[in-house]
Amino acid sequence: MVAALTRLFGVHNLTLAEDVVQDAFLRAHATWPLSGVPDNPSAWLMATAKNRALDVVRRHRTAKTFAPELQHLLATEWTLTPLVDEAFAAHVVRDEQLRMMFSCCHPKLPEDAQLALILNILCGFGAHEIAQAFLASHAAIEKRITRGKHTLAEAQRLFDLGDAELATRLGTVQHALYLLFNEGYHGTSDERAVRVELCDEARHLTALLCAHPQTATPATFALAALMALHGARLPARRDATGDLSALADQDRTRWDQQLIADGLALLNRSATGLVVSAYHLEAAIAAEHARAATLADTAWERIVLMYDRLMIVAPSPVVALSRAIAIAERDGPERGLVELRALAERERLARYPFFAAAEGELELRGGAVAAARVCFERALALARNDAERRFFERRLAGVPSERP
Amino acid sequence: MTDYICFFRTNPTARAQAMGTPEAAQQSMQAWLAWMRDLEQKGNLVHSGQPLDGDGKVVRGRARAVTDGPFVEAKDLVAGYTIIRANDLVHASELVKGCPILEGDGSVEVRAVLQTM
Repeated sequence: MVAALTRLFGVHNLTLAEDVVQDAFLRAHATWPLSGVPDNPSAWLMATAKNRALDVVRRHRTAKTFAPELQHLLATEWTLTPLVDEAFAAHVVRDEQLRMMFSCCHPKLPEDAQLALILNILCGFGAHEIAQAFLASHAAIEKRITRGKHTLAEAQRLFDLGDAELATRLGTVQHALYLLFNEGYHGTSDERAVRVELCDEARHLTALLCAHPQTATPATFALAALMALHGARLPARRDATGDLSALADQDRTRWDQQLIADGLALLNRSATGLVVSAYHLEAAIAAEHARAATLADTAWERIVLMYDRLMIVAPSPVVALSRAIAIAERDGPERGLVELRALAERERLARYPFFAAAEGELELRGGAVAAARVCFERALALARNDAERRFFERRLAGVPSERP
Repeated sequence: MTDYICFFRTNPTARAQAMGTPEAAQQSMQAWLAWMRDLEQKGNLVHSGQPLDGDGKVVRGRARAVTDGPFVEAKDLVAGYTIIRANDLVHASELVKGCPILEGDGSVEVRAVLQTM
């Protein structure tokens, strides 16, 4: 609704749009306990917001400038009502959400601000929830959002999907959604509910990209595929006690088969064009895992090859680490350890607890119990939240005691 | 380019038909939106004007005689106005041919706004 209202009010009146939505919710809060919840609550909220929007425009149109491109049509009763209706029509709302998404990914904004804005404006997350998701302070997030909105307002108008810049900005939007999903999937917040919501929102927004002809590129489909295939494993990433569960230990019957099927279909749709994006490769790796009935059935050979290509397209310490683990699965722990130790970017991985844990895992498989213990202790010391801490404690407890 | 004021005229029956039911009203308003948006996009809309209420009074002559709505049985009630910009009167009347008021058999009077140079 904020996106629809911003279309009418103009991006410089973003706060006004948010106030109108807030107001609709407050009215619901005040009247529903007395009158009962209406049959269609979202239609009720929409109608209330529309009426408020009409009031606001009528009351302020002489003093305030709303969306400059709609100035004439908002100024007159000939067209005001149908214009407001139109802004709230389902397909228009979808387009407005897209425009808002692209507007939030303004090149002047740092990545973390883009994400905070998307969560705040498009997903309705408050500063508190965003702070929880990113383990940042409430004040820092509030500042980030305020500054971001300021930059949006300076832009004068929302990004138009017809703009020449669309292709460049699409890459930024995809990357922002990728980060959003990852924050939910691997993120540092220990709040499970928050993290699942981040993944869901990222999937929902990516689905919007898939549904619009201008943004439904092969990379968009690959991104959607990777989210579906990773998302399918989410239910199994925590065991019965809520603790993190490694891929090797996951109960594969808890993987979401419907999401796997969706993910594979999306991956199929992404297989056009000449460019193989990092999303393609990551989705293809996730697909290999999803297809394997057991860990032993996994096609490690193919996975290593895809990690090799990923190291060319989008090298990162975490990709390098995953590649080393895949090599260990394919060629045995010694080769894996060689790869791990050869990681050029080891410095950057030094504080990543799963790097130490991976080293420990391979040492253990190679029979070097004492070395493994040291590694797991290092991982434990680096753990970033309770779930990770419990995970490494359990790993440490699982190391057999040394024979004298 | 000259500015032209358009007076939209209709009769009460047509007005009731166009605005009588919520569905009809919605359809009619969408038609207005489509037409005005088109004028706007072509750069022909100067002042979007406003529709006028159906009721009114007429004050007439030296006697200042006030009578109620002159339009009770009037065939052409002024329903509103808009100012457009066009090359000439011919162009202006072409632009006006898309006006939804004509669908209800109404009329549009197009008059150049005199400008002092």
